[in-house]
Amino acid sequence: MSEIYKTDALIAENIDAYLETHQHKTMLRFITCGSVDDGKSTLIGRLLYDSKMIFEDQLATLEADSKRVGTQGEAIDFALLVDGLAAEREQGITIDVAYRYFSTEKRKFIVADTPGHEQYTRNMVTGASTADLAVILIDARKGVLTQTRRHSYLAHLLGIRHLVLAVNKMDLVGYDRAVFDQLVADYRAFAESISITGFTPVPISGLAGDNITTRSDQTPWYDGPVLLEHLETVELDQSANQHKPFRMPVQWVNRPNLDFRGFSGTIAAGQLRPGDDIRVLPSGKTSRISRIVTHGGDLEVAVAGQAVTLCFEDEIDCSRGQVITAAKAPVEVADQFEASIIWMDEEELVPGRAYWLKVGPQTVSATVAQPKYQINVNTMEHLAAKTLDLNAIGVANITTDRDIPFTAYEESRDLGGFILIDKMTNRTVGAGLIHFALRRAQNIHWQSTDIGRAHHASLKNQKPMVLWMTGLSGSGKSTIANIVEMKLARMNRHTFLLDGDNVRHGLNKDLGFTDADRVENIRRVGEVAKLMTDAGLIVITAFISPFRSEREMVRGMMQPGEFMEIFIDTPLEEAEARDVKGLYAKARAGQLKNFTGIDSPYEPPEAPQIRIDTTRMTPDQAADLIIEKLIP
Amino acid sequence: MSILTLTHLQRLEAEAIHIMREVVTQAEKPVMLYSVGKDSAVMLHLAKKAFYPSPPPFPLLHVDTTWKFRDMYALRDRAARKAGMQLLVHQNPDAVRQGINPFDHGGLHTDMWKTEGLKQALDLHGFDAAFGGARRDEEKSRAKERIFSFRTASHRWDPKNQRPELWRTYNARKNKGESMRVFPLSNWTELDIWQYIHLENIEIVPLYYAAERPTVMRDGLMLMVDDDRFPLGGEKPVMRSIRFRTLGCYPLTGAVESRATTLPEIIQEMLLTTTSERQGRAIDHDQAASMEKKKQEGYF
Repeated sequence: MSEIYKTDALIAENIDAYLETHQHKTMLRFITCGSVDDGKSTLIGRLLYDSKMIFEDQLATLEADSKRVGTQGEAIDFALLVDGLAAEREQGITIDVAYRYFSTEKRKFIVADTPGHEQYTRNMVTGASTADLAVILIDARKGVLTQTRRHSYLAHLLGIRHLVLAVNKMDLVGYDRAVFDQLVADYRAFAESISITGFTPVPISGLAGDNITTRSDQTPWYDGPVLLEHLETVELDQSANQHKPFRMPVQWVNRPNLDFRGFSGTIAAGQLRPGDDIRVLPSGKTSRISRIVTHGGDLEVAVAGQAVTLCFEDEIDCSRGQVITAAKAPVEVADQFEASIIWMDEEELVPGRAYWLKVGPQTVSATVAQPKYQINVNTMEHLAAKTLDLNAIGVANITTDRDIPFTAYEESRDLGGFILIDKMTNRTVGAGLIHFALRRAQNIHWQSTDIGRAHHASLKNQKPMVLWMTGLSGSGKSTIANIVEMKLARMNRHTFLLDGDNVRHGLNKDLGFTDADRVENIRRVGEVAKLMTDAGLIVITAFISPFRSEREMVRGMMQPGEFMEIFIDTPLEEAEARDVKGLYAKARAGQLKNFTGIDSPYEPPEAPQIRIDTTRMTPDQAADLIIEKLIP
Repeated sequence: MSILTLTHLQRLEAEAIHIMREVVTQAEKPVMLYSVGKDSAVMLHLAKKAFYPSPPPFPLLHVDTTWKFRDMYALRDRAARKAGMQLLVHQNPDAVRQGINPFDHGGLHTDMWKTEGLKQALDLHGFDAAFGGARRDEEKSRAKERIFSFRTASHRWDPKNQRPELWRTYNARKNKGESMRVFPLSNWTELDIWQYIHLENIEIVPLYYAAERPTVMRDGLMLMVDDDRFPLGGEKPVMRSIRFRTLGCYPLTGAVESRATTLPEIIQEMLLTTTSERQGRAIDHDQAASMEKKKQEGYF
């Protein structure tokens, strides 16, 4: 009889004593990873079954399902307990992260069940992000596979310090010690190559129940812990976290009335007592803790993992997204980082495009540079990469639009792990792990100049402006831009026309027409246009600029009110019919790749300041309309 | 330095509080769904903790079917008052007009009062985030649902198109017309809920405790005759010592025979029992994977 079965007697005889024990249980979150047929669902099903987390009615369903769709003949197919959604049940595979719960005398466990197929790296990363431990399953007959290496690498990357190598299906190799020892040696060689310092190997059989909750008679040569025993005793990350300096990102400013001002958040690291000196970042302001407020009364000490409300002795500014730290051990603040990026969206990363970056409660705008390299998660090789597509992992520099407090991911998942959100779709498209800040940001300061932009503009007696024309190739942008400039010149306005084709002969001649290059093209043009507005000019641009995000990015670079988006709206059929430069014909013939409107998308503006319907007005009329809007 | 190891309940509590704070700072108009059951009681208690000394900065919403137990209505009004929160009650006017009831209308009862009623209430008030007390251990399709779970403008859930959810960094940005269901108790089990109620001394509906109550048997479920709308056709209800493990509409909620009159006794019974809690609810028995289907259609 295992420990878990003995508890029934205690529950029946002395429920109060039982509750007392259970109130003091700790919690371990772990993930299980394995390839499709490694027996992962069976193992989890077995853990649930053996810890009595399956009720009679569920068992009845399980037995019926086992006969109907199971893979174990008349025997119970534990995997069916775990495979959740209807679609998956039909396919016979798990396809997403599912969470399972069971508990023993000592601990409550949350298991993230993550699938093993290649295309679902993102699910495993999701499951691993909250786990303290990973169980890496391998089939004793198959040994260390590509998937094994990938799962181990991902678990290690996501900062899981405890790895268990569960060598499953030992029953199918006759519980042979030599097989086990060889597999462990193979795995050790690989683990060391990616700096995994330790792991716990256990020979098991999920189907037969060997060494899972109870020690197996079949493996007398094995003297290590059985799986559950190890899960019950392994050291928790939360203990290690308390030894670090104090850090708490502020989630919410708690202000019920004028007499109370507290800062609510979940402590990311360390311990805190009233009277401790603190520093708020990025402002750097310092104060002292006066109270640690909770609903159950003020605390004498608060530790990592607790959700609290802090009050300061002084009235200093502090808001959502800022980080309260120990005064003597503050975190770093920077706006440029190197990070590992895991891409999680069908639509690939576009280097240079602005995404929302959310680290803890703070959301900022950020761009990812072209990756330094991509990692082949099967061989750990570094590959050259221009972008990252779904499930790809790479290393790249990130630039945020303001300073953020952070730590390396290694140091703290809360302060070093971030997600990237697409600004248009609002999907979570990537996850990032901060390595370190780039010093560049700190060493380049703004040189202040005596003659400012206002001075430049007043000399020219005009308001600087960017007239940003966007539209398909052949829509008439350049023609209209040229007329606008001529008319403004006659009105003695100082202008400059930046034309897409012309810029590509010089400033941007190193760029092609991939999505990433298009973004960089627009970013550079935006920067040039910005300098010209600083010089007091009216800048007219004629670029296809097909993506909304980049047009928004350029708008964001300019002073408020100095950017006018003008949509030169010519339907594709019309532009193609005109085909002034013969480009559509080439594109249709397949001689020109990534041509906007043909095999590359154009995202029309949703609310342009001016829309020019070229099928209903001449270029001259269009130019007049624009000037009217510019100089009313 | 002495290490203060947090218990599993302390960690679950902190997680729920963290989630609630993320919602109020990111959503435009949040609301807490309050069904008066034990999970709702825990969720409301956690909301009080999350924002203390401020009151929770959102109202409570009860999507009423008019068929709940009388004891539930009494506790609902009292609990909202004690928390200092506004209580909104929504009854689907179409269901009221058509007199939809569990005796005559079968599955339509849940569909109109609960699924449609909920959609109506959220649309009516323009809530963009609704807290729900669902737990992942209740049912298999819930095990895969995110903590921040998005619904389309027509309130549908797409299990294949869920956002990855990493660490405790929740992406609450929504597209036009979308809304969120947020489940702060996702990682709690039934035992956790009971232990927490015990530990924190949270008031729950007396029906969870055993008492002599009038009962009849219907389709294998032991039902309580809570008011005179129950069609008896001459049958005389039998007094039995019963309690409920889960609470819903009284004509659809099966009781269990029990003598458990204290929380430890309830927990004891739960731990020694051999059937799962949803078995007392008629709603899941309809068909395999029924909950997943209902969720896709907009059931909470």
